[in-house]
Amino acid sequence: MVANLGYGALVITFLVCLFGIGAAYYGSRKNDHAWVESGRNAMLLTWPLLTVSALSIIYLLVTNHYEVDYVASVTSNSMPFYLKVTALWGGQAGSLVFWSWLMAAFASAVTLRKWDRDREFLPWVVIVSLITLAFFLALIIFFENPFLRLWQTPTGITTAMWQPAGSVPFAPSDGNGLNPLLRHPGMIIHPPMLYLGFVSFVIPYAFAIAALVTGRSDDRWIRITRRWTLIAWLFLSLGLILGGRWAYDVLGWGGYWGWDPVEIAAFMPWLTGTPFLHSVMIQEKRGMLKHWNMVLIILTYDLVIFGTFLTRSGVLSSVHAFAQSAIGPAFFGFIGLTFIVSLSLLLRRWQELKSEARMTFLLSREALFLLNNLLFLSIFVVCFWGVLFPLISELFSGQKVTVGPPFYERATGPLWAGLLFLMGVAPLSAWGHSTIKTLGRAIWKPALFSFAVIGLLLLAGVHHPIALLGFWLCAFVAAVTLYEFWRGSLARHRRSGESLPVALWNLAGRNRRRYGGYIIHLGIVLMAIGIIGIELFQTETQGTISQGEQITLGNYSITYDSLSNFDTRDGRNVSRAVVSVYRDGKYVAELYPRRDYYYESQQPMTIPGVRSTWEDDFYVLLVDWQPISSQSATFKVYHNPLVNWLWFGGFVFILGTLVAAWPDKDPEPARVRARKTVYAAT
Amino acid sequence: MADSITTQGGSASRAKFFVGGLLIVAAVVYLIVTSTQASAQYFLTVDELVNRSVDVRGREVRVSGAVLGDSIQYDPQTLTLRFTVAHVPGDNKEIESQGGLAEVLHAAVVDPSRSRLEVVYTGPKPDLLRHEAQAIMTGKIGEDGIFYADELLLKCPTKYEEDLPEQTEG
Repeated sequence: MVANLGYGALVITFLVCLFGIGAAYYGSRKNDHAWVESGRNAMLLTWPLLTVSALSIIYLLVTNHYEVDYVASVTSNSMPFYLKVTALWGGQAGSLVFWSWLMAAFASAVTLRKWDRDREFLPWVVIVSLITLAFFLALIIFFENPFLRLWQTPTGITTAMWQPAGSVPFAPSDGNGLNPLLRHPGMIIHPPMLYLGFVSFVIPYAFAIAALVTGRSDDRWIRITRRWTLIAWLFLSLGLILGGRWAYDVLGWGGYWGWDPVEIAAFMPWLTGTPFLHSVMIQEKRGMLKHWNMVLIILTYDLVIFGTFLTRSGVLSSVHAFAQSAIGPAFFGFIGLTFIVSLSLLLRRWQELKSEARMTFLLSREALFLLNNLLFLSIFVVCFWGVLFPLISELFSGQKVTVGPPFYERATGPLWAGLLFLMGVAPLSAWGHSTIKTLGRAIWKPALFSFAVIGLLLLAGVHHPIALLGFWLCAFVAAVTLYEFWRGSLARHRRSGESLPVALWNLAGRNRRRYGGYIIHLGIVLMAIGIIGIELFQTETQGTISQGEQITLGNYSITYDSLSNFDTRDGRNVSRAVVSVYRDGKYVAELYPRRDYYYESQQPMTIPGVRSTWEDDFYVLLVDWQPISSQSATFKVYHNPLVNWLWFGGFVFILGTLVAAWPDKDPEPARVRARKTVYAAT
Repeated sequence: MADSITTQGGSASRAKFFVGGLLIVAAVVYLIVTSTQASAQYFLTVDELVNRSVDVRGREVRVSGAVLGDSIQYDPQTLTLRFTVAHVPGDNKEIESQGGLAEVLHAAVVDPSRSRLEVVYTGPKPDLLRHEAQAIMTGKIGEDGIFYADELLLKCPTKYEEDLPEQTEG
């Protein structure tokens, strides 16, 4: 019954989408506002309808309606309530509904804004959003229906929406349950964060297309969607960071990022979205790079669709065990079509989007931003090449050849270093006119500081050349960024007489975008420190020891104290070891690495014992033990220096994004006019 | 207003940017080409590996196969893991046409005529290693015809999105 309700709501939403697309199109062609308004109402109707559909799935999940195939495949009797609810995005069909629901929410929210000055955009924003939504709904209805039920026929079990002839309803007494590896708080909120990031990038794309169709060549579409882009970027970044944290906590290889194709798929929109965030500033400030921004947002939109597809289809071998599915061709068709249509729209408007200024100085702010764009795009090209290489090589040589993490590390390493360096130089450069001389005057103090840091590191015994280069870049960027805060607050303090802390607060508060950006840069520096620490200085060892014996790693050692084995009420058998950690011979902590065995899915899960400090993480895995005597056990031990800086940096990064995205009260038109007059004067 | 700025730069600055852009493109192409050469691995099926073991001896390759549950032996003293995998097709379309990955893996382990490969790996025993899992291994094949894996990835298609027909067999 509820399944029918949910399915019905999906079908009606799909029809509403089609109507909305037609109405908005007709309204914009005939200049008939009533039809456009009707299209907008269709858009607004999709969200409540999809809410009904999503709630139906949740209802079926929490009430154990195992006659529904999706419910049987992602939940089980022993799962707690919150996991049943979040099983909505535990499988492919459900997550597509969830995606669509988020998409409808965002698109509805944007159509509720005041459109007075941008009335001509409205129908096209509605059309683009509804086409995207309709595509996902069509996938759900025709290929991945979460409401399919199980039926017993004489030949076996089949799935169908309606009862096939000669069959009886079939309901298993228990479901398969969610993979234990995914039962982690990070994993429960990681997919929604990524999806939020994905869907909110549709909004700037919709406005970009609206601008191309209507022929408005100013930067209005960028100004309207600036905050949406930042929010998209915020969620995408958060999703990526949470995914890394999940891998670190759960996967038990002491790492956080494996250059897995699915990870890269989620990372690629970030790699095009980040340069977009930077280069729109050049369009706003100087009226340049208009074509480029269009290309970036079109690329980001199609990578979002591609990312949704890759994370959900398993076309590429990956630790992410997602199912193979029939929706591949549909996705590629849609991506290809939207890409070609968007690019041809751009070509039609090419002349109208000419730059209002030219770049003349290689060291000007805009040239450095362009370089930053090129480096980000280069990393994107490397990733894209790596993901597609097996397919390309198979096409040309008939032999599947893959590239692994060493490829990505080697090819992107120098590019990341270049980006870090630019983060140090660009904030000090000036718009328009900037030379070695002007730059040198601003840069020497932070540069001096960064060399002093390297001197200290050398004295402290760090000799790894790549680490030294990395730490130098980090010190340089941190110094430049903090120096910028200092210079700004000092100038404010002198001018207005505010105390320094107040001046700092007001400075950041009045220029949230700029100083939020700097906070993000600081977050990146902290993350880079953590990444250098774990990537270059991670050490590991393993060994089998009896009770009372020790394993030593560097200046740490562990002693195996005891092991206990017990069943829990939620269907696990837990083997938990107790180990004491010593540092330089002194007792510092007791850790409990354990192995949980899930009876129902017959799968073990290794949970590390971790002692975490600013300096390092000491990470102990229980690998194996003697079942009867529990006399000896095998441990794998990792020493991960500085890894906490990565997580803390992620936190600072998110904080900075929030600062930059916080609404400000400055009236926009005043700023637009200010730019026009400045450049009219030159 | 655009013109007044354009005249400042002229063709000299245009050339400057053009050369700069070319340099970046060349650097990226160089990075991609050399990194691909340095880390490309042939992705082979068990059949291909067994038939071409002489060609690829000493070369890093990737191979995927279906794990035979009975063959899994683990020595926790030395952390040595031994198991055998059976041939599965490498082509996605072929897998699809044979009823999906779960079916293909199942068919591979019950068919004694499939070519098989003995694997040795040193390290913790992965949680997902079990009967009918898909193992994706990176490593080299030895003189003895045993595959020495440095890296072991496992995929359990039956866990995450399970097709139900299996349940009816019981």
